[in-house]
Amino acid sequence: MTAGTLDRPRQRRSKPWPETWVAAAFVAPAALVILLVVVVPLVRAAWMSLFDIELTSPGVEPFVGLRNYVTQLTSADFWDSVSKALFFTGVTTALELSLGLGLAMLMDQPMRFRWLLRSIVILPWALPTIVNALMWRWIDNGTYGSLNALLAQTGVIHDYVPWLSQDSTAMWMVVLADVWKMTPFCAILILAGLQGIDRELFEAARVDGAGSRQIFRRIIVPLLTPIILVVLVLRTMEAFKVFDIIWIMTGGGPANATQTVAIYAYRTAYQSYDFGQGAALGYLIAIFIMLLAAVYLKLLRRTGA
Amino acid sequence: MTIDRTTISGTDGRAHASRVPARRKPITPGRVARAMFLYAGMVIALVVVVAPFSWLVISSVADKADLLTKPLEWIPAHISFGRFVDLTVGSSADETAQGFRAAIMNSMLIASATTAVGMVVGTLAAYAFARLRFPGRSWMILAFMATTMLPPIALILPLFQIMKALGLTDTPLALIIIYSSFVTPYVVWLMRGYIETIPRELDDAGRVDGCSRLGVLWRVIIPVATPGLLSTALLAFLLAWDEFLYALVITQSNASKTLPVALNDFIGRYGVDFGRLATGGVIAAIPPVLIAFAFQRHIVAGLTAGSVKG
Repeated sequence: MTAGTLDRPRQRRSKPWPETWVAAAFVAPAALVILLVVVVPLVRAAWMSLFDIELTSPGVEPFVGLRNYVTQLTSADFWDSVSKALFFTGVTTALELSLGLGLAMLMDQPMRFRWLLRSIVILPWALPTIVNALMWRWIDNGTYGSLNALLAQTGVIHDYVPWLSQDSTAMWMVVLADVWKMTPFCAILILAGLQGIDRELFEAARVDGAGSRQIFRRIIVPLLTPIILVVLVLRTMEAFKVFDIIWIMTGGGPANATQTVAIYAYRTAYQSYDFGQGAALGYLIAIFIMLLAAVYLKLLRRTGA
Repeated sequence: MTIDRTTISGTDGRAHASRVPARRKPITPGRVARAMFLYAGMVIALVVVVAPFSWLVISSVADKADLLTKPLEWIPAHISFGRFVDLTVGSSADETAQGFRAAIMNSMLIASATTAVGMVVGTLAAYAFARLRFPGRSWMILAFMATTMLPPIALILPLFQIMKALGLTDTPLALIIIYSSFVTPYVVWLMRGYIETIPRELDDAGRVDGCSRLGVLWRVIIPVATPGLLSTALLAFLLAWDEFLYALVITQSNASKTLPVALNDFIGRYGVDFGRLATGGVIAAIPPVLIAFAFQRHIVAGLTAGSVKG
């Protein structure tokens, strides 16, 4: 700091532009990209959402104000898709965080072949989302899938189950695929948090007579809370706008059993060709995510993360 | 805390323990049970992680008939790499194979170009956010990060129209532009963090030697920040390689289709040719999986630094 202040006069001599201008020049390219590809489309989408734009009736695009929003907010399909997205978000996030915490603690234990687990665990995360979805679609196949084969050969089920084409199981299969892929991500982040904890704390607690359970509850959990909250926020935001994995595995079906809100918006825009409604739905999803973000931000502030 | 411990162990008569750090603890039934529990956990974790992907790999080389037998044979009787050859270097008369090959090239081109653009544009901004004082610095970086929370579905309709107006639909350039917009904020965020860990004295020394700001970034910061740059670039590449929704809407033909879209087409066309689907999946997974294993340390460092790719 002191050095910086002392250098000031010399810097000023060699610097033709004031700092703000230099900064503007450095930030300008990035800002331009964001402006053109995010801000402009966002404004344009807001505009589109106020019109009745249906590709099935070209040339006729009447201004309808907020009617697209009203239509969606009073539509059962919309709320059904929101609840599907919330279900997916809640279940995957809870499973990924708790399994990730367990996996991280396992990878933190001093034992032989730990390096093997630590290096291989990145595999599911590294698989492209589409490949992961494709893989589980094949595993869950009702006629030839290996899940059915495994369960039948071990005697758990008698008849093959059409996992992805019946209402009661389809969503759970998508959840399973997502949990398989993203648990390692959570575990890697939580492990980094665990490694940041001073080991002497454990020793000290043990000497003071604390058992493993107490150490977990009184030391590990409180010290990991910040990183767990960060992972929670990241996963929730991603999960709520889930599209790829569901689109490949079930396409939103059977019927609407796995139709989350992003799938619903896509179908409205590109299968019903109702762009006005589609734009309104995009906005509604964005607003939902912003609300979630606001809640989380408050939560993070309170815990000081 | 440390003082407490020494006092306790001292009065305990176990003070010597601190001199022998690797002292083996006695083997008790409790410790054996604990070890068994841990190793069981590790084996289960390994199997759960490896098994599904192994099945994809097995399916990609197994004979078609072997995949359709009941009860299923886990180790196929006939193994061939014919499908890999078909999809990559085999006869070019096969229309799907042509499309798939084009998709590999498109994905490579788009992910590499996106990484290049994102790294240049993002690192410049990151330097400003880390080192320069200017009005709006703190809210601007938050605004950058906030854009990554936006659902693609909210932007895709107007983006399609804009690309159409610019005559860019079904071109790799359209996807490079779009992908740059979601890679750049992550680059800014990660690189700002890395640059902030570099001592300012280095900048000052460069300035004294007569470097401009750009000169400092190029000659001083970039050489020191190489590990950070590598982590960031790899994550940027993986993000771009993975993208599906924009590509699904923007691309229409072999001219710009990426691997995720090609695989999506496979499902529609070869819904029952599971071997071919699996082969396509394995090929699409090779670059990211290789990157993840070869640069694991960098990837994990990047993930923990920025928590990218939620």
